[in-house]
Amino acid sequence: MNVLVDNFALFRQGFFGTLSLTGASAVLALLLGVLIAAFRVSPVPPLRAFGTLWVTLLRNTPLTLLFLVATFIVPEVLTTGLSSYQLAVLALGFYTSAFVCEAVRSGVNTVPLGQAEAARSIGMTFTQILRLIILPQAARTVIAPVGSLMIALTKNSAIAGAFSVTELFSTQKLLSDQGLNLTVIFIWIALAYLIITFAISGLFRLLENRLAVAR
Amino acid sequence: MTEVSVTKDAAPATDDLVVLGGVNKHFGALHVLQDIDLTITRGEVVVVIGPSGSGKSTLCRTINRLETIDSGSITVDGKPLPQEGRELARLRADVGMVFQSFNLFAHKTVLQNVMLGQVKVRKTDKKAAEDRSRQLLDRVGVGVQADKYPAQLSGGQQQRVAIARALAMDPKVMLFDEPTSALDPEMINEVLEVMQQLARDGMTMIVVTHEMGFARSAANRVVFMADGRIVEEATPEQFFSNPRSDRAKDFLSKILHH
Repeated sequence: MNVLVDNFALFRQGFFGTLSLTGASAVLALLLGVLIAAFRVSPVPPLRAFGTLWVTLLRNTPLTLLFLVATFIVPEVLTTGLSSYQLAVLALGFYTSAFVCEAVRSGVNTVPLGQAEAARSIGMTFTQILRLIILPQAARTVIAPVGSLMIALTKNSAIAGAFSVTELFSTQKLLSDQGLNLTVIFIWIALAYLIITFAISGLFRLLENRLAVAR
Repeated sequence: MTEVSVTKDAAPATDDLVVLGGVNKHFGALHVLQDIDLTITRGEVVVVIGPSGSGKSTLCRTINRLETIDSGSITVDGKPLPQEGRELARLRADVGMVFQSFNLFAHKTVLQNVMLGQVKVRKTDKKAAEDRSRQLLDRVGVGVQADKYPAQLSGGQQQRVAIARALAMDPKVMLFDEPTSALDPEMINEVLEVMQQLARDGMTMIVVTHEMGFARSAANRVVFMADGRIVEEATPEQFFSNPRSDRAKDFLSKILHH
C-alpha cells in the first residue's frame, strides 16, 4: 500500500497520461478510420487506392517503428515542433485508424446492397447514403470489434512511455528505478490499466445495447 | 448513329418520356440486353414480361442507371442519363423505383422512410414533408403503421410503403421491378390495387412483372422479352389473345395453363 500512497502524485500523473493519450488517439483513430473506410468504398478510384495504401502501410506495422518514425523522422522533415505527446497521438491514432477502417468496412459490407440502391434511386448522393443509410446500420456490427481495438489501443499506448511521454508505463519505469518493490508496482499499474479497459468495454456494451434497441 | 436519332427524337419535345435507343449490355460473356429500342410516352403504362433471365429486370434498372449500359443511349424527359454524380442523383429523384425486395431503410420508421428523400434530396421543410408523407401513407392504406419499423410490417404493407416512398419524390415515371414476386399470394392484390390506382391517375409506369392479370387490366402496352431482346410489343388484348411470335406463344402456353 505504501508504494501507492507514497507515490500517489506520480501514479495519478501516469494514469491521466495514459487516459488522455488513449482518448486523444481514439478520437483521431475513429475519425480517420471512418474517413478512410469511406474512401475505400467510394466510387472514386484514386480515393480507393489511397485508402488501400493507408491500410497496407499502417496495419500491423510494428508500432515501435511508427514511434521511431514519428519521433525522429517527422520532426526532421516537418520541423513543426510537435511535442512528444502530440507525436505519440499521431503514431497511435494513425496505427489504430487502419484497423478501425477495416472494421468499419466489414460493417458496411454487412448492410444489404438493396439499402444503398434504394437510397440511390431516390436521388441521394454518395455521402448522404453513407452517412444516413449505411453507417448507422453498419454501426451495430462495428461496435464490438472497435471496442476491442480501443482496448488494444489503451495497452499499445504504453510504448509512448519509452518515447518520453508521461503515462503509466513510464511511471512504472521511474518507480522501478527507485528500487521499490517491483511486484507491488506492477500490480498497481495493472490495476490502473484495468480501470480504463473495463470502462471502455462497459461503454461499448452500453452502445451495443442502445443500437440493438433502435430498430 | 444512335445519338443522332435520339437528339432528333428529343428536339420536337414530344410526349416521349423515356427513350432507349440501341441499348446493349453484357454481364461477362452473357449479352443480357441486345439492341433494345423502346419508347415510353407520358402517361403510358408499359408492362414488361418474359421468362426469367430474359433481361427484363436489367432493362428496368438501366433506366435510372442502377445498371450501366455498354452502348446505346437512354434519355429521360429529353435528357440523356448523366455519369455517376450529382446530376445523376437529381435525375434519379425524378424516376421512382420499387424493388422486388422492398428495400425499405431498416433503421428508420415507415414515416421517416417516406420523409427522407423529400427532406434530404428535395430540401422540403420537415413539417410539409411529414404532412405529405402521412397523406401518401393513407393513400396506399398504411397510414396507421407510420411509426413502426419496416420489419414490423407484412410484405404487402412494406411494398406499399416503398411505393409511397417513391411517390413522395413526385417522380415523372415509376419503375416497378417485379414488385409482387417476393410477396405471399394473399398480399399481392393489395399492392396491385395501389398500382392500378396509380395507373388510373395517369402516372407513367414501367412494370416488370409476372402478374398477367395486371398486364391485361392496367397496361397500355405489353413488351415481351426473351434472351435479351424485345421479341414482341402489342396491346394486352392483342398479345394475350393472339401473340405473333413463337416465343410468346410458348411462354403464354406455359404460364396460362396453371
